[in-house]
Amino acid sequence: MIYFDKVTKIYSDDTVALEDVTLKIEPKEFVSIVGHSGAGKTTLIKMILAEDKPTKGSVLFESVNVHKLKDKHVPEYRRRFGTVFQDFRLIPGKTVFENIAFAMEAAGRSDDEIASDVPHVLDLVDLGRKIWSFPRELSGGERQRVAIARAIVNQPDVIIADEPTGNLDPVNTYEIVQILKKINDLGTTVVLTTHNKGVVENIGKRVITMEKGRLVRDDKEGRYAI
Amino acid sequence: MFWLNTRRIIKSGFVSFWRNGFVSLSSVLIMTLTLFVLGSLMFASALLNSSLDEIRSKVDVNVYFAPSADEEEILALRNKVEALPEVAQVEYVSRDQALENFKAQHENDEITLQALEELGENPLGAILNIRAKETSQYEGIAKFLDSESGENGQFIDKVNYYQNKAAIDSLTRMIDGSRKIGLAITIVLIAISILITLNTIRLAIYIAREEISVMRLVGASNRYIRGPFVISGVMYGVVSALATLVVFYPVTYWVSSITETFFSGFSLFDYYTANFAQVSALIIGVGILLGAISSYLAVRRYLKV
Repeated sequence: MIYFDKVTKIYSDDTVALEDVTLKIEPKEFVSIVGHSGAGKTTLIKMILAEDKPTKGSVLFESVNVHKLKDKHVPEYRRRFGTVFQDFRLIPGKTVFENIAFAMEAAGRSDDEIASDVPHVLDLVDLGRKIWSFPRELSGGERQRVAIARAIVNQPDVIIADEPTGNLDPVNTYEIVQILKKINDLGTTVVLTTHNKGVVENIGKRVITMEKGRLVRDDKEGRYAI
Repeated sequence: MFWLNTRRIIKSGFVSFWRNGFVSLSSVLIMTLTLFVLGSLMFASALLNSSLDEIRSKVDVNVYFAPSADEEEILALRNKVEALPEVAQVEYVSRDQALENFKAQHENDEITLQALEELGENPLGAILNIRAKETSQYEGIAKFLDSESGENGQFIDKVNYYQNKAAIDSLTRMIDGSRKIGLAITIVLIAISILITLNTIRLAIYIAREEISVMRLVGASNRYIRGPFVISGVMYGVVSALATLVVFYPVTYWVSSITETFFSGFSLFDYYTANFAQVSALIIGVGILLGAISSYLAVRRYLKV
């Protein structure tokens, strides 16, 4: 489904973020990418989302070369992903309902669909009662659950979660991981980056270990190896 | 689909205008200042033009004819002068009329009147008062009259252009100069205020840059992201324009009350109310354009993929 072919990324200050990364992610997989800060996890994610271009090599998504997409097709491409980040990235000026509705509006869904799907997806992450709150009125764990609700509402092919538990306490971390596992069980591919040992052990699926921009381990039944 | 998106964009623009109250307020204040400057310059130029017109209308060239000149010849000359394209107006004062005027002018001057009485006959010649469209055209008219008087030696007594030449020339230069300076000041002030508005709106959108990046991330198209910002920009424009128009009401009234005597009867307040449709169309139009264009340009920076 996602294929990295000898991808190298060198930033303008000569920092090597990725070096010769070759990697294949199958549909319905749950892949955890682990490594220290600066190991290249986030750069890898940016490559998948067409936020950044590789210096060498190519990234393919279902046989489409991601970085040869025309600018106007990029939004369409991004709608196939649901994204969750460490810093939540909710729109501060919009309510919980509007944040999720925005992702649906961007995908051109009708008002009826929005009115019925948003409460439904909020119930899934157990936040139904906060539907009219603004992000600033929510706790970290709640915000992350809103972000997950937004990520799954358009039924994307892939969920990308970049350190989603980085700002959360153990209880919330556990809950978020459970939600991600549930999403994966329902048939959505999940790509997760983390440096939380407990998270990786808990999931018990494929683990890719990165170090200084290189891919150093790829274990089917994952453990945290650094 | 198109209408659904358009409706959503407009609604979202309104909502964010309202919710980002403080940012909207500061943008509106700056834009109101810009539009106020624009309107004031418009009024200033109206004031300038009206006083220049006033001054210009007081300048004329007088042709004094010899008392012996034949009235029919004078009238023939008047027709010729009237036919000149530079000439705005010609007034003929007959000999009798000139005498009347003279008497009226010296009503309290017994000696002069007595002297006139002694003379027995009317010593005054007829006069043509000629008013040109532009002060710079008087010289041409004077030259034309010179050539005419060449044919009829004794016919024209004098043309007072040459006595007034220095005054008329310097007036012409003043009018030209004040036009040019006025235009330069207008351009500079408008440029400054547009730049300030652009920057304020850029700042307002800079605050929302995270929001824009999130929107891009969830796959919103550029048009869909930009739309609400442009709508907010248009709303800044409309609200500022209305505020400006309201503020001009007391301001022009107050300015009129202190300048009316000075500017010989030209009332800014009357001008404002008489031309309200044009003035408000211009102010609102500029406000909308300025808001929309600055928002469009400011968002563009954050939309690059």
